[in-house]
Order: sequence, then structure tokens, then C-alpha cells
Amino acid sequence: MLNLEQLKSRIEAAFPSARLEVVKNPGAPGQDSLLLSDPARAREIAAWLRDQPDLRFDYASNVTGIDWPARTVVEKHREKQVIDGVEREIERATERTIPGCLEVVYHLYSMQLKHGPLILRMRTRDRAEGVHLPSLTPVWRGAEFQEREVYDLYGVIFDGHPDLRRILMWDEFRDYPMRKDYVEPDDFEYEPTPHGEVLERARPHYRKPE
Amino acid sequence: MGLGQGHIGLEIIMDEALRNELKRHGILTTTLEDLYNWGRKNSVWPLGFGLACCAIEMIAASMSRWDLARFGAEVFRPSPRQADLMIVAGTVTKKMAPQVVRLYNQMPEPKYVIAMGACAISGGPFKQGYNVLKGIDRYIPVDIHIPGCPPRPEALLHAFMTLQRKIDSQSLLGPERPRHLQAEAPSEFPVPEYGEHDLEPPKNGTLWQPPVLARG
Repeated sequence: MLNLEQLKSRIEAAFPSARLEVVKNPGAPGQDSLLLSDPARAREIAAWLRDQPDLRFDYASNVTGIDWPARTVVEKHREKQVIDGVEREIERATERTIPGCLEVVYHLYSMQLKHGPLILRMRTRDRAEGVHLPSLTPVWRGAEFQEREVYDLYGVIFDGHPDLRRILMWDEFRDYPMRKDYVEPDDFEYEPTPHGEVLERARPHYRKPE
Repeated sequence: MGLGQGHIGLEIIMDEALRNELKRHGILTTTLEDLYNWGRKNSVWPLGFGLACCAIEMIAASMSRWDLARFGAEVFRPSPRQADLMIVAGTVTKKMAPQVVRLYNQMPEPKYVIAMGACAISGGPFKQGYNVLKGIDRYIPVDIHIPGCPPRPEALLHAFMTLQRKIDSQSLLGPERPRHLQAEAPSEFPVPEYGEHDLEPPKNGTLWQPPVLARG
């Protein structure tokens, strides 16, 4: 199994300007991933990962997206304060807003050396305007349709993609259905056994009791 | 065929006892309507057209084990111009729905539709998704609905026999006559357009209205 920390320092040695981060997966040991905090040089790093003789990540098996809406976290921390000459410990809560972003995850394997997966992540700047990421299709040809799918469902624009069109939805479609704030068209007029969220959506269509 | 009192046009009412009496003497009698419907119901050619996993069951039904040929329906036509029956076998995605309606419009009358499987009749397990049509009966008139996920070939055979009974019972005259004998009845239905958020229109209101459910 790859040591991500070692790989990270090797990439940093090869690309001094690259900023990387190891993202721990607390639920599954050995499935930590490498986040390219600055995706500007992602394609060079990807080509390097593919071409290094002892890495040879020649196969991008899976490309997927994640939507991270902006969220507010409340952090509690204790601090000591002197009130009326007595030292007391006071709990303070501060709210912090984490801006939203879209994330793309690549699962890389080496067919030649039979190792992997290396999980590579990239994040967009935000969810509205700065949704551009470099396409890795020039490095791994097999990523083409999957990047189109991420574009179709999440709205990430891959710069340098040879044919970036919608792949599942029709071309006239304007929404990104896998985003968390996607609102489906209101066609819940006939739900025979609704429950939960569907019930809430079906209820406005119910006939008023006479 | 003899025309007696109170008979109109093609509708021939022959005394059942007389018919049996003639039969005993080797004379078979029938009506034009019976003959016409007998011919129609025994050569319903389906359109060779599958959308998802239900199509596999449809193919199985047409093969030797279930043998749809027993009902005169083994000739799956590659062109809608030669088909009498559309078996909507599988999930109809919103992207596919206009093509399905267009194929239906291209079929000549008389034409029938079997909606096969949970997806084709209601959207099935994908009902609350963003990309699946909640039943093809929102755009084209469906004669037979088969539930199941997927329905077994026996269910398709049952639907087929139900359709044959429906054809057989159609009277050639009167307000209940089949659609191809009604000059004013529509043979084509509007093809939905791809909209920015959904199909436009999301349903054909003249064909489908949500059933009124009693809610507590």
C-alpha cells in the first residue's frame, strides 16, 4: 500500500509550487486521499503520477463528484478570564462559515504494477462562478465520459476537455441534478403511498376536503 | 349473411339456435365483425423496441420457451410503419420519452400499447428521480398495464391475451368502435419538447389526469 505522506513529499519535491494535503478517511483505514489544494498544475502532476517508473498510475478507474454546500459550524472553546479578581473558565461559541465548493475525486490504479487505488481530489473555488478545474482527460483518456458526467450532474467545468457536453441529461437542461440544492420539477400530483419528504411534496396537490 | 328486422349495417344478429343447426349440416356462419376481429387479434405484430431490463423478459417471451408465436405475435417489426403493437418495455427516461411518442405517432392505425413493468406504468423505483418519466401513459394512450419488476414472460403473455380479448370485443360500429374507424379520433399525439427543467409539457392533459385519491 502506498504511503501517502511519502508520495506527498515526492510530489512537492518534483513540483515545488504544488500545494497538497492528505485527507484522512476516519471510517476506512488505508483509504486516505490526496487533495490538490491548488489544482492549477494538476495535469502535470497527473502525468507525472502516470509516468514515474515506480508509480505508473496508468488507469483512472473512476471519476466522481461531491457537492459541498456552504455550511456554518459552531465551535466551542473554553478560555480563562479574570472577572472581579477571580479566574473563571468561560465557554465561548464562535460561528464560522465554511464556503461551499465542488469536489472531483479520481480513483487511480496501476495496471502495470498492480497497485492502487490512489484517491486524488480537487476542489473548485466556489459553487457559482469559479467552477473550473483542469481536465485530466489528456492524461487518462478513459476519464472523458466520466468528466462529462460530473459536468452534467454537478456543473464542474473541465478546462481542456476535448468534448465537454452533457451526457445523461439533454442539452437544453439547465440544472445540475446531483447538487444538494437542486429542486426537482413539481410532478408529485399522484403519489399513491407517499411518506417522508415525498409526502411533504405531494401534500400541496391534495384536494381540499369538501 | 341475411339481413333481418332491426339489423343495421354490418351488425348481424343470427339466432344462435339457427347457427348451431346450420353447423350440424356442415354450414359455418359468421359475421364480418367476428371475422375481422379474429384476423386482427391473431396477427398483432409488435415493434421491436426495448428500453431496459423488461426488454429481456420481452425477448424471452418471444423465444421458444414461452413462444409468443402461439398468439401470432412473433414478428417483431424493425419499423414502426409495419407494427401494430408497441410494448413499452422498461424505464422511460425523460430524454427518451419524445422518441417513444414519435415512434408511436409513426405507427399506422390500428395500434395498441402495452406498458410493461413498474417503470413504464409509473416510473417504478425511479419515480422520485429527476430523469425518469412517471409513466408513459402521460403522453400516449396505454391499452394494457403490466405491473412487475420485471414482469415474467407469463405476465406479458397474459397482457397479450387481455389485449386479444379487447380487440375481439371491439364493435365495428357505434360510439365504442375502435379508434381507427373513427375519422375524428386522434392518431398522433404531441411530442414533448426538452425544456430547461423538465419536459414541456410535463404531461398530456387530455390523456392523463391524476386519479383522485381518498385521503384521510
